Amino acid sequence: MDLTYSDSEQAFRAEAREWLEANVPDGLASGDTAEGFAQHLEWEKRLYEARWAVVSWPEAYGGREASLWEWLIFEEEYYRAGAPQRVTQNGIFLLAPTLFDVGTPEQQDRVLPRMAAAEDLWCQGWSEPGAGSDLAATKSRAVRDEAAGGWRLTGQKTWTTRGAFCTHMFGLFRTDPESERHRGLTYFMVPLDAAGVTVRGFERLDGDEGFAEVFLEDAFVPDDAVIGEVDAGWKVAMATTGSERGLTLRSPGRFLSAAERLIELAAERGEAATPLLRDRVARAWIDAEAYQLFTLEQVTTISEGGSPGARSSLNKIFWSELDVRLQETALDLLGPAAELDGPWSRGFLFALAGPIYAGTNEIQRNIVAERLLGLPRK
Amino acid sequence: MRFALTEDQAALRDAARELLARECPPAVVRKAWDGGAGASPVAAVWSKLAEMGVVGAAVPEEAGGLGLGACDVVPLLEEAGRVALPLPLVETAFVAGPLLAAAGDDGAVERLLAGDLLVACALDGAAEVPWAGDADLILVGERPGGPVSQIVGSHGGGATAGADGIARFGGALEPARSIDTARRLGVLVGSAASASGLVGGDDRGADSGPGEPPAAVEPLDAPNEACVLAWQRGALGTAGQLIGLSRALLAMTVTYAEERRQFGVPIGSFQAVKHQLANALLGVEFAAPTVLRAAWSLDSGAATVDRDVAMAKALASEAAERVAATALQAHGAIAYTTEYDLHLFAKRVWASARTWGDAEWQRARVAAALGLN
Repeated sequence: MDLTYSDSEQAFRAEAREWLEANVPDGLASGDTAEGFAQHLEWEKRLYEARWAVVSWPEAYGGREASLWEWLIFEEEYYRAGAPQRVTQNGIFLLAPTLFDVGTPEQQDRVLPRMAAAEDLWCQGWSEPGAGSDLAATKSRAVRDEAAGGWRLTGQKTWTTRGAFCTHMFGLFRTDPESERHRGLTYFMVPLDAAGVTVRGFERLDGDEGFAEVFLEDAFVPDDAVIGEVDAGWKVAMATTGSERGLTLRSPGRFLSAAERLIELAAERGEAATPLLRDRVARAWIDAEAYQLFTLEQVTTISEGGSPGARSSLNKIFWSELDVRLQETALDLLGPAAELDGPWSRGFLFALAGPIYAGTNEIQRNIVAERLLGLPRK
Repeated sequence: MRFALTEDQAALRDAARELLARECPPAVVRKAWDGGAGASPVAAVWSKLAEMGVVGAAVPEEAGGLGLGACDVVPLLEEAGRVALPLPLVETAFVAGPLLAAAGDDGAVERLLAGDLLVACALDGAAEVPWAGDADLILVGERPGGPVSQIVGSHGGGATAGADGIARFGGALEPARSIDTARRLGVLVGSAASASGLVGGDDRGADSGPGEPPAAVEPLDAPNEACVLAWQRGALGTAGQLIGLSRALLAMTVTYAEERRQFGVPIGSFQAVKHQLANALLGVEFAAPTVLRAAWSLDSGAATVDRDVAMAKALASEAAERVAATALQAHGAIAYTTEYDLHLFAKRVWASARTWGDAEWQRARVAAALGLN
């Protein structure tokens, strides 16, 4: 047991804090609008130039080879400084771990540096009109084009976050037409400017054009667009959902800083912050602390060679529902002013997506019940 | 940074788990319902715990104990919770052990180490004193308005007598039936119910009858800081026990949900049951790290120890209550009987979730530490 950071970790924190305090931009528009996305890209490029974009990556790709502990520290400082949510996150936190695990050296060299530099922007092509929580119902298909040395993709992906602004998509396609469910799927990388690809953006609940549907009609991608083995896409995709970076989608730092802001809001609201509301503020802060401590345990496990496995589903349920409670508490503190378009109302609408994306919380609860508690599947 | 038990800590915990699983199955817990700590199989468990060093685990080495810290002892208390140990291990081993040593009460420490001293705690102006029916010594705690509570005195057993500051209690301690009969509850009657500040208890050794005349509370001749820490160990140790109780209840319920078939399938295959149990587990899994962190804060003398203990007890109390309610519901009618073992664990949860500060009170302490009040 040792809950202290080493001297070098503290120095890392100091360096991150100093740079962030001097550089974090104020008042960016939402990263899920065309205007805001461009502003966010400038910020992403500044992060990259100062080597803060992908701290845990190898130096050759623009990182600092930071440990998971340092990554946690960076995230704490990032959100503490009031820096915006990363529009590059789906590439950095979802595709990159897969490439590090099973990508070829050629793929890593080709894709990762441009991803880190925010030159290529990645969105995730998981969901389809008929395949949401039931991801194995994926129908989009890939047909072999032997002469051209690649694959032709046809189908439709949807709810693709920031799809209208991204340059590339990764997703699952059925390569074995006879296959069913989890078998016969392959993990592809697709440039969204390829012939046969059409992207249509549409508004999310919060009014931003944050969603897109992606139509593919005989879109060609070469063989080197395949990650891992052909027909093994399910395994490739799942290998990283429960991996160490499964915890990286929402770091504790984000909720710790939100809880601190909630305490400030309660102070600002004075008498309007009734004892009942203040109790809810304390709850939100306690839960953010609990999430931080749970994460420290997980990182300890990973650092010692273990795997969080299905425990990452506990993370996902907890942070997503904590976020909703926290934002709801802020709205209740604001009273009638809560309906104004502002940081808390936007935070609330954004939080409502949490229990849905990255595997609905109903699916996560099934995973917790079956794989952690050992309850029967049928 | 390393947030996990050391190999030694895990090994000690595993040894305690093994001993308790062997010596304290539900049949033994039931004996305590009838005969208290004096029932022979129950007394045997205590002797074995004393032999293994668990009872004296937190007593400093120079006073004859193992000199272990909260990070070592709290996992043992979780194990005591896992079997619903019907004995005041938190109060005796974790609250009293180090406190009596700090007070220099060698006689009491010696008895404690030998397994001959059971301790109860009369807390916070409450009339109910858990384990009073078995206790040789009653420590008296107060909650002086602010966020800090502490153990301030003792009665019986021979803690150091002080000349001044003796608070007198004009009522009597009578046995009362707890929903968890194993806890051998005593209730302060008469003016105790309205007593503010200090309340004192009666020394009720195994042979003494109910309703004996009250006697003085003797101030403990221990440094104030030791008294404050003793109270915090009580809250933290109880939080640890609640985690253990929760894990036992969950395990019992999962086993039952796999075996019990309705509509031709195990009831555990229904999502309505799965999701309830997943929620119950979620509470435990996020409370447990806060308990371990509070132990670390105690051991390392962190400035946030009071807040950290409060958070741990609040989360552990709520998590355990959710587990108990879910376990009962998932079982159905069979758990609504005393023939089935579940109630032995659930009742301990319901009783101990509200001693040493309930969730709401503890959360208010956290709020105060955050400047929210």
